[in-house]
Amino acid sequence: MSDAFEPIIIGFTCNWCSYRAADLAGTARVKYPANIRLIRLMCSGRIDPTFVLKAFASGADGVLITGCHPGECHYIEQNYKALRRYLLLKRSLTQLGIEAGRVKLVWASAAEGVRLADEITKMVEQVKTLGPLNWPKWEGFFDDEIHSLVEIPEEVSA
Amino acid sequence: MTNFTTSNGNKERIGVYVCHCGSNIAGTVNVEEVAAWVRTELEGLGVLISRDYKFMCSSLGQELIQNDIKELGLTRIVVGACSPHLHEQTFRTACRRAELNPYLCELVSIREQISWVHTDKDQATEKSKAVIAGGVYRVVHHQPLEPLHVPIHPATLVVGGGIAGIQAALELADAGYPVYIVEREPSIGGHMAQFDKTFPTLDCAACILTPKMVSVGSHPNITLLTWSEVRQVEGYVGNFTVTIQKKARYVNDEFCTGCAICQEKCPKKVIDEIYEAGLGYRKAIYTPFPQAVPKYPVIDRQNCIYFQKGTCKACEKFCPTNAIDFTQEDELVTVNVGNIILATGYDLFDARRVSQYGYGRLANVFTSLEFERLSNAAGPTNGDIVLRDGVTVPKTVGIVHCVGSRDRNFNNYCSVICCMQGLKFAHIVHERTGATVYNFYIDMRTAYKAYDEFYQRVLEEGTLFVRGKVAEITDAARLPGEEGKLIIQVEDTLAGKQRRIPVDMVILSSGLEPRSDAKDLAKLFGISCSADGWLIEKHPKLDPVATMTEGIFIAGSVQGPKDIPTSVAQGAAAAARVLGRIQQGEIAIEPILASVDAEKCSGCRICNGLCPYNAIVFHDDRNVTEINPALCQGCGTCIAACPAGAISGTGFSDTQILAQIDGLLLLNAE
Amino acid sequence: MSINGKPKFAMYWAASCGGCEIAVLNTHEKILDIDTNFEVVFWPIAMDAKYNDVKAMEDKSILLTLFNGGIRNTENEEVANLLRRKSQILVAFGSCASEGCIPGLANLSSLSDIFNASYQSASTVNPDNVAPKTSVSVPEGEIHIPAMFPALRPLDQVVSVDYYMPGCPPESHQISRVIDLVIKVISKEADLPPIGSVIGAGESTVCDECPRHRDVKTIKQFVRVQDIDKINADLCLLEQGIPCNGPASRSGCGALCPKSGAQCIGCYGPAEGVLDFGARMITALASVIESNEPSEIERILEGIPDPVGQFYRFNLANSLLRTGTAAWRNNASLKE
Repeated sequence: MSDAFEPIIIGFTCNWCSYRAADLAGTARVKYPANIRLIRLMCSGRIDPTFVLKAFASGADGVLITGCHPGECHYIEQNYKALRRYLLLKRSLTQLGIEAGRVKLVWASAAEGVRLADEITKMVEQVKTLGPLNWPKWEGFFDDEIHSLVEIPEEVSA
Repeated sequence: MTNFTTSNGNKERIGVYVCHCGSNIAGTVNVEEVAAWVRTELEGLGVLISRDYKFMCSSLGQELIQNDIKELGLTRIVVGACSPHLHEQTFRTACRRAELNPYLCELVSIREQISWVHTDKDQATEKSKAVIAGGVYRVVHHQPLEPLHVPIHPATLVVGGGIAGIQAALELADAGYPVYIVEREPSIGGHMAQFDKTFPTLDCAACILTPKMVSVGSHPNITLLTWSEVRQVEGYVGNFTVTIQKKARYVNDEFCTGCAICQEKCPKKVIDEIYEAGLGYRKAIYTPFPQAVPKYPVIDRQNCIYFQKGTCKACEKFCPTNAIDFTQEDELVTVNVGNIILATGYDLFDARRVSQYGYGRLANVFTSLEFERLSNAAGPTNGDIVLRDGVTVPKTVGIVHCVGSRDRNFNNYCSVICCMQGLKFAHIVHERTGATVYNFYIDMRTAYKAYDEFYQRVLEEGTLFVRGKVAEITDAARLPGEEGKLIIQVEDTLAGKQRRIPVDMVILSSGLEPRSDAKDLAKLFGISCSADGWLIEKHPKLDPVATMTEGIFIAGSVQGPKDIPTSVAQGAAAAARVLGRIQQGEIAIEPILASVDAEKCSGCRICNGLCPYNAIVFHDDRNVTEINPALCQGCGTCIAACPAGAISGTGFSDTQILAQIDGLLLLNAE
Repeated sequence: MSINGKPKFAMYWAASCGGCEIAVLNTHEKILDIDTNFEVVFWPIAMDAKYNDVKAMEDKSILLTLFNGGIRNTENEEVANLLRRKSQILVAFGSCASEGCIPGLANLSSLSDIFNASYQSASTVNPDNVAPKTSVSVPEGEIHIPAMFPALRPLDQVVSVDYYMPGCPPESHQISRVIDLVIKVISKEADLPPIGSVIGAGESTVCDECPRHRDVKTIKQFVRVQDIDKINADLCLLEQGIPCNGPASRSGCGALCPKSGAQCIGCYGPAEGVLDFGARMITALASVIESNEPSEIERILEGIPDPVGQFYRFNLANSLLRTGTAAWRNNASLKE
């Protein structure tokens, strides 16, 4: 099963650097795996942890956050806010049991189509080794025999 | 309550259009299958029609959308085609023509992000379905918007007073609009002012440049700020506020007549590393060259005896107009402009880095800029081409191309001008010394008008050409006839053999590099550099002088290596773009803004420090935060930061993005 | 309507601590208004009642049910369904029913870990390793106790809910206000708010009710309130480095905790329209950290050793993710 596992990764890009890097990768016909699906925001500072949680809750196996390099933000310094949120979010996700490798922050300038493609490729490989996340859809989850009515263990472990 | 898949009450009537882009998309994506899937699977969301078409951006493609809007009463449009950076405007305009608010259209990239980067047709097709579903889910939550109109200040700032900046400034000033030129050297003129001849016509550089410099200096619409640097840029297109540091000249330009007596009397000689490329001297008080504009000299504080030792003041004593003022201090000047043109040029590649070529170690290895000065009639040798000893005329000269260019160790790119520069040098050496000249080249690049004819002319003059990358330049003689010479070791790839060619003089045709502080420049003006360090244009083919930042234009070598004609053309082109803006009087900008719901805001002040544009204002009296729409740039950082969810934004709202996530993952939802 | 003409009232206690019941009692004489205006038909903590009595009632015959506690086991679920069927207005009463609350934090752990902690940890004397069983045979027959679900759910993840009343527990003055409102609705002096509304709470966040002085925020370090020598009595706690959840928490409590020098822990849940409380606090606090250096940011974040406990203390079961992976991943793989 793990041979066939093709993860779905949601990628957030900023309008000025990383989305343009994706455009550039396209124009230059740089190849990368089809597992990534990109969302364009104006700035990585727009990244709300809610979006990342939403992606995982809705079935993504990984989330890639991208933005302009430090010091090169189109909005001067907003990518640093993305960095700060990412670091705290990652700590929270780890505590929730979501492996740190499922979320990644990558800087890519408008000129770095190849770098972005590389990072996407690496991310896909990394999430493939982690396996599917398969967050429950919840609808009917507790009616499902697998998940519901979990027997209390016969004997608690010593 | 986490379910965002259902739309907002009123069901929209959505049209979806999937572009083949010839075979660009259709070659990798089964577009018919995608269109059919959207039609059946997304009907529940309101998709009324889903079509595929050969070229959606063609006029027929646009008409298809317009007709559907009118005939089917569509309220939302999704186009799956190329990057929104290419054609978002095209499809928005089509919607506008059909009387649908342009912001109710979403362009989804299935070319740059799918067909051009993936190879497996099934995967590309499935991903196309997903991203179009993302677009459909998103577009349901779009709001009709109108672009914002901001007035354009008629003044323009030109940064850099080389030939590109000069051209741009003159075009604008001649059209009747004010221009500020900021130049960090004491005079405008740039690299071109250092050259003797220009290829391929062999015009005297000074003869064609000086009149333009004089026009700049005397133009009533041009304010020239030399010996100055931009320190801060605030605002946005139409209304930038720029802070410029005017370094102290110690010369009062109201009194100075440019008589140059001070330069004559100054006792301190300094090697001129910039203008004379280290081959000549200047004084501690100096203008870089006699035709400098402005004519006023500057005192170089580091080398001035008075500033260093406390006595001298020779210049002050001899100045007939009492123009010397040792008390001057740097001052900050603020100017308001509507647009900015960056034309800061290039740095010459430092030939010392190619250590096997011996520059800096072997006396008679010269750089191209040194040779320009050597051959310049106004240069340190009055145009005599001599060896480093100052007297010996070389009998053989080797000119090495591609120094620092097309070389993985240094720069991968071609510096464009070096071949023609090498040919020009060959011609000048031949003409003035009769020496035997060798050119060592990898490929001879003489594109553009009259360039190849010049190459033919140099060939006919008897210059010898060796195709091969020079391996080493050495003074270690091994063979008879090599003593006292510089030996050029090269593989002659046409003859297929190794050669050692002894010469008296070597000229390294050095490449061009971005200014060492290009990244700082980009940061200061909020634009991007390529990995090499050249500033990035908005579109490499169709928008070469604009940048991704509205109101910031680029011209000349700051964008990439260029010869003089192209730099001039870009200077004029950038000016034309700016003129268009000024004459329109205002510009439409994207209505992507944040705003605060005062009912929900409890004045926690989390967002207050997050805006680099100071658009966030806190009202103490009402205990709420507000966003000034005139200053908001739409980055969305405050929206994402608000703990109460009290800030929302147009164009990229939470609901739009969350719905898009649902759409993107629809195929994987069980 | 009952025989005496009074509308029927019920209150139930599922997976919760019982504090909500105390809060109702804490309304003091207001509780007499309940008795005056309602016929209390089912309120296990206050009176004897049998599920079978409720089952025997007509559907929709109870006007108002205050349901507190989350759904952790089959009994909770069964009663939730039962009361939904029998009630006209079902209120998720208190943080547990509304959003899971502290019992929801158990969603970070697998059931076996929970049972181990309960029956085998150092705090429990259980020399024979006895664990409860869902069914046991005794001479009289087989008896059952409810089975546990792998995770706790707030009430609206099980049945539809008409109103939410947040708070851990809801403040007594807010309970009184709601009782007054319902009485007025009964006498047709007022209308009910739209279905799905939050009642008995404010419209903005705790900062709105907090008297402390606030300025532009920059955080250089996070500290626990007990680690500060002297708390500035007038300054915003967050600006003193104390991770206060006030900026994201719904108002209504009167900012009791910050007023007393303790950080808001967020028991009134998220502000209107917010999808994920924890995400709001994560983004807000991280945004104002005063450093751009990853290593320095990480150092500052060490000051929040338990981010989920800090940001999801009340809201985990109602967050976008609802649980940690431990609550479901092992179960699923065991059964496969």
